[in-house]
Amino acid sequence: MTGVLDTAKGNGERVTVPTRAPLRLGPVSGVLRLRPLLVLLGGLVVLLVGFTCNLALGEYPITPLGVLRTLVGGGDGGARIVIMQLRLPRSLTGLLVGAALGLAGALMQAVIRNPLASPDLLGITSGAGAAATAVIVLGGTLGSVSGLIASVGLPVVALLGGVLSGLLLHLLAYRSGVDSFRLVLVGVGVNALAVNTTLWLLTLDNVQQAGRAMVWLTGSLNARGWENAVPVGLALAVLVPVVLVGAHALGALQFDDDTMRGLGVRVTFSRSVFLLAAAVLASLATAAAGPIAFVALATPQIALRLSGTARPPLLASMVLGATLVLGADVISRTAFGTLELPVGVITAVLGAPYLIYLLVHRYREVRT
Amino acid sequence: MTASHTSRQTVATEGDEAPADPGHPVGSSAPDEAAATARTDVITRGRSAAADDVEQQSQRLRARDLRLSYGEQVVVDGLDLDVVDGTITGVIGPNGCGKSTLLRALGRLMRPDRGSVLLDGGRIHKMSSKEVARTLGLLPQSPAAPEGLSVADLVARGRHPHQAWYRQWSSRDETAVAEALAMTGITELAERAVDELSGGQRQRAWLSMALAQGTDLLLLDEPTTYLDLSHQVDVLDLIGRLHDEIGRTVVMVLHDLNLAARYVDRLVAMKDGAVVAEGRPHEVLTEELLADVFELRARVIADPVVGTPMVVPVGGRRTGGSA
Repeated sequence: MTGVLDTAKGNGERVTVPTRAPLRLGPVSGVLRLRPLLVLLGGLVVLLVGFTCNLALGEYPITPLGVLRTLVGGGDGGARIVIMQLRLPRSLTGLLVGAALGLAGALMQAVIRNPLASPDLLGITSGAGAAATAVIVLGGTLGSVSGLIASVGLPVVALLGGVLSGLLLHLLAYRSGVDSFRLVLVGVGVNALAVNTTLWLLTLDNVQQAGRAMVWLTGSLNARGWENAVPVGLALAVLVPVVLVGAHALGALQFDDDTMRGLGVRVTFSRSVFLLAAAVLASLATAAAGPIAFVALATPQIALRLSGTARPPLLASMVLGATLVLGADVISRTAFGTLELPVGVITAVLGAPYLIYLLVHRYREVRT
Repeated sequence: MTASHTSRQTVATEGDEAPADPGHPVGSSAPDEAAATARTDVITRGRSAAADDVEQQSQRLRARDLRLSYGEQVVVDGLDLDVVDGTITGVIGPNGCGKSTLLRALGRLMRPDRGSVLLDGGRIHKMSSKEVARTLGLLPQSPAAPEGLSVADLVARGRHPHQAWYRQWSSRDETAVAEALAMTGITELAERAVDELSGGQRQRAWLSMALAQGTDLLLLDEPTTYLDLSHQVDVLDLIGRLHDEIGRTVVMVLHDLNLAARYVDRLVAMKDGAVVAEGRPHEVLTEELLADVFELRARVIADPVVGTPMVVPVGGRRTGGSA
């Protein structure tokens, strides 16, 4: 054992670390993890199938080959209109919203180190929802929600609402450091505040406006167009590279504060950046499709269990989030005949049992 | 001056575990000492050393006129400390005397109200966190790892300050982690989850992470807490080897005075946020000091195994009198 730390280096003996196979190319290096990679690739395949299904199925069915032909510029006129003007923007919105929610959930759960910490349980989504409801209800008295207000106003206001909820959460939960348990408790309170503000806003105006807001509030992809997809798409285009570069710091953010500082992590700064990114993604996703429930909560944990990692994998969470929303949309559009359910109802029905499982499971852990 | 420190530090981190020399138990090599002496000439001004050998030694980590507090409560006031390079220093004192607080300040975990902690002559709070983390590693009293994290991934995290987003597993990282695992004897546990390990194994894993960080200085806050005696001895033997074989400078807070006397080169005794005594264990651990600092009536005899001071409390029971 004597002098292990220099002998191994001296005689050129090849040392390896179990489970951490290197992947190196020039100055770039990383760890090759087979299982998370397979989960990601598998998820992408399922996502592609789901996306194609969502374009093909519906009142006017089109064959997968027809879908492909239309997408590259061919196809007959009817198929073109149905796909390019209706189903493609709707499916893209669903895909981007799901990806944004999956990533937002993965970031929050990783940073707060609690599987219950997701933008929908901690009030970020409902904050964005309350702000957006204000626009729909109050904006309705000034004119219907369309055009500029829908494409610019709603996302901006929802963004403000979500980020403000996040700040409130941080402000109330901060006591010279953020304790994850206290943060979840305060988050439940912030969520209640935002939900009740939304309900109060709904009582303010006429039934028609309130009805339209209600559909939006369950989370719906119905009649979503390009103007809904663009803000989420832009947010993802900017934040995904930022988050992937920062993922290295995120990996170190999983210990107690003192250990992280000892490793040279700028804890407060990194944590704030990731939480802000999560709030922005969740708010813009909410602006585009309403507060779709449970996607941000469930997908990172599903991705984590499939990948066998210690923290939610970012890319796999995005892919699974997109798959879940698109899958729920396919079900909502086709499973109930002419009746089309809001996609949020489907994800809630799928997600609620999961939340119950999570609460029971965690409770048992705390007791033992 | 600043430039020479920076270059010296770069050498230290680039070389990683290189300067180990089993032939020299006290780890500083010759060029190290030369550079260090040159530095002390400039920095040391009018400081009377507590122990006679301090003047000859170099100190990369020092505290000057420290005042530390949590909110209104002042825990440490006007404290000076020199950590002698290549030694194991033990910090002892009664509960609440500020020893953990001092360690946190030395490790840049808390900002002093007044005074400063100097690392290689520079104020530690002005340095970048990664820069500090490449020179000085620390292990808190009860570190927490996420559920399901493997030992290999935990130890690899020690390389964080040497990495960048595009360089997360260089061959140097891999070598350092493999060696840290081997040195702490947990290579066989590498694939296990940290939360599945026993207390002693877990503490080895955390020490292994601190070791993989490749820092010349290590701060350990009660590394033996919650361990039974055989595992305490086990962990302290390991720390002793980090010092003997690869020349790490170690500062650790310890509760067990007898184990402290056995395993450290220098002892620092604290009371009410101030250093009361420092020096070699036999100089510090006296019956008078125990009465003063710990309010403990005790006899100090020679440890029958190696002859280091051993504290035997008088107590009340069976001695026929009150303590």
